[in-house]
Amino acid sequence: MTGDQLLFAILALTACCGAVAVVISQNVVRMAFWLIVSLSATAGLFFSLHADFVGAVQLLVYVGGTLVLLIFGVMLTASGPFVRIRTTLAEGLLGACVGVALLLTVLSGVMGVAWDRVAAHQTAATPPPQPGFNPAEEGNTTRPLGLSLLGLRPDKDLRSPGNEPSTGYLLPFEIVSVHLLVVLIGAAYLARTKRRARPEAIEGTDASGTT
Amino acid sequence: MEPVLAAQTLAEFFQQYLFDPESAPGFLAKALAALIHALLLGCFFGLPGGIFIWGERKIAGRIQDRLGPTRVGGRFGWLQPLADGLKLVQKEDLVPKPADPLLFRMAPYIVLVASFSALMVLPFSDGWVAVALDSGLFLIFAVLALEVVGVILGGYASGSKWALLGAMREAAQMVSYEIPMSICAVVPVVAAGTLNLGEIARMQSGWITNWLIFHDPFTFCAFFVYFACATASCKRAPFDLPEAESELVAGFMTEYSGMRWALFFLAEYTSMFIVSGIATVLFLGGWHLGLPVLESASWPVHLIGMCVFLLKASVLVIVQIWVRWTLPRLRIDQVMMACLKYLIPISCVLFLGAVLWPVTMAQVLHRTTLLGQPLGERAAAPAIVAPEKTAGSRVKR
Repeated sequence: MTGDQLLFAILALTACCGAVAVVISQNVVRMAFWLIVSLSATAGLFFSLHADFVGAVQLLVYVGGTLVLLIFGVMLTASGPFVRIRTTLAEGLLGACVGVALLLTVLSGVMGVAWDRVAAHQTAATPPPQPGFNPAEEGNTTRPLGLSLLGLRPDKDLRSPGNEPSTGYLLPFEIVSVHLLVVLIGAAYLARTKRRARPEAIEGTDASGTT
Repeated sequence: MEPVLAAQTLAEFFQQYLFDPESAPGFLAKALAALIHALLLGCFFGLPGGIFIWGERKIAGRIQDRLGPTRVGGRFGWLQPLADGLKLVQKEDLVPKPADPLLFRMAPYIVLVASFSALMVLPFSDGWVAVALDSGLFLIFAVLALEVVGVILGGYASGSKWALLGAMREAAQMVSYEIPMSICAVVPVVAAGTLNLGEIARMQSGWITNWLIFHDPFTFCAFFVYFACATASCKRAPFDLPEAESELVAGFMTEYSGMRWALFFLAEYTSMFIVSGIATVLFLGGWHLGLPVLESASWPVHLIGMCVFLLKASVLVIVQIWVRWTLPRLRIDQVMMACLKYLIPISCVLFLGAVLWPVTMAQVLHRTTLLGQPLGERAAAPAIVAPEKTAGSRVKR
């Protein structure tokens, strides 16, 4: 077992234990904490695989953004401190079924690949690592990602059939992000219109002042 | 393969001198290098924290017509941070009865880890960076954003209303101020064309007019907007609503005592230093003096560069301290209004302007800058340091 594998094992174990703890714990905020542990370990896995950009996105989007949103939601909607969530047996069974189905799908996908042939192909394609500057070794994955967003694929021969030049993924990406923005504004609008206070209630809040 | 005995990274150095010199750095060499990087960064984590705490007390004293610390360690109270630390270590580690013990204990560590890991990608001098990433700026903001999670958890788990109110304010404030802060940080990135902090700083060599703050009017304004947002994101006055002493006791830190409380403070001072360091790299020329002297690739020059960088960042931290003790605290609605109604539109306009500026100027004046040398010429000129030597590699420091 090499050191890299040891690192991978530790991170993967942390991610799995965190995920199990999310399911087991009953306090919502503790679940959020274990989710942080699990998602951060996943980000660590990305870093250890030299995918630093994906790791940073994982930290920013999932650990930072989603968790803050989650904690916000929990704290705004909870009726008392330290809310406990008890799952019924049916819910547990349903969740277990979905989980096992997903696991089987992923397993069948992973088992369907002849990994020894992929590894042989990759070692034949990539030159051995040189001392000094080594983009792949240092996780220099951002530039190819950005270039392929613009439709530039240095790794592919665009003259061969099947690899024709395309416009890249920038337009679909932008459409999706604008779509998300529209959804967000719509959600905020719907949430605001439900809470229409009476005029005297508004005066009351004004009189009590800000915190 | 010939053994190459010119190690460019610390990992290669260990590989060549301790292990098999013919192969690429193995796991042990890398682990050893990572350990040394972490220890060095640990110095940058602890020392500025202590020095700035002393500075804060001294400056606050002077501003309030007092002397500040004078007793411990000579005339100026140099050893005050050490005395503070000793006092805090001796204190009892309290966990209030209504608190959630696990989360209450873990929260300071999340804050600490977030601000410590952000130091990882901050370049202190040319090539003197623990991990030189192409997406360094992105990662540094992603990691700094995790600090709020620890604060919210701490405030919630304390089982106290003051702490919960402080945490809620912190969440609202941080989530809002991150938007203009990130947009303003993108403005110099548009001018530089890279997210790699080391490369951005390297572009600003030469005269002071080459600094990105003087690149165009938009980057000039973006610096001040960024600095205001950075002050808010560090929970510093006039934006210190999460720990407003006069109304919330101590906000999210109300129930904390001893070392856990000290960890929150250490993290706060470190994140002040980090946001100032980011401002220095993005706008104020990084480790460059602003004069076209001392620009060779030797270690004394790098050492001077590091001192210049630390000096610039410290000046920005002192400005934050100065602002804290001279301006009154805003109300929470004023804080949110300042962000949502003013800072976000301003930063969006600055971003738009920064994008349109090079296009317009290239058409009108046939150069993209008014004062400095255009970035293209600087990039095309013979590089002072061969970029492939340092870019994207862990460099011996």
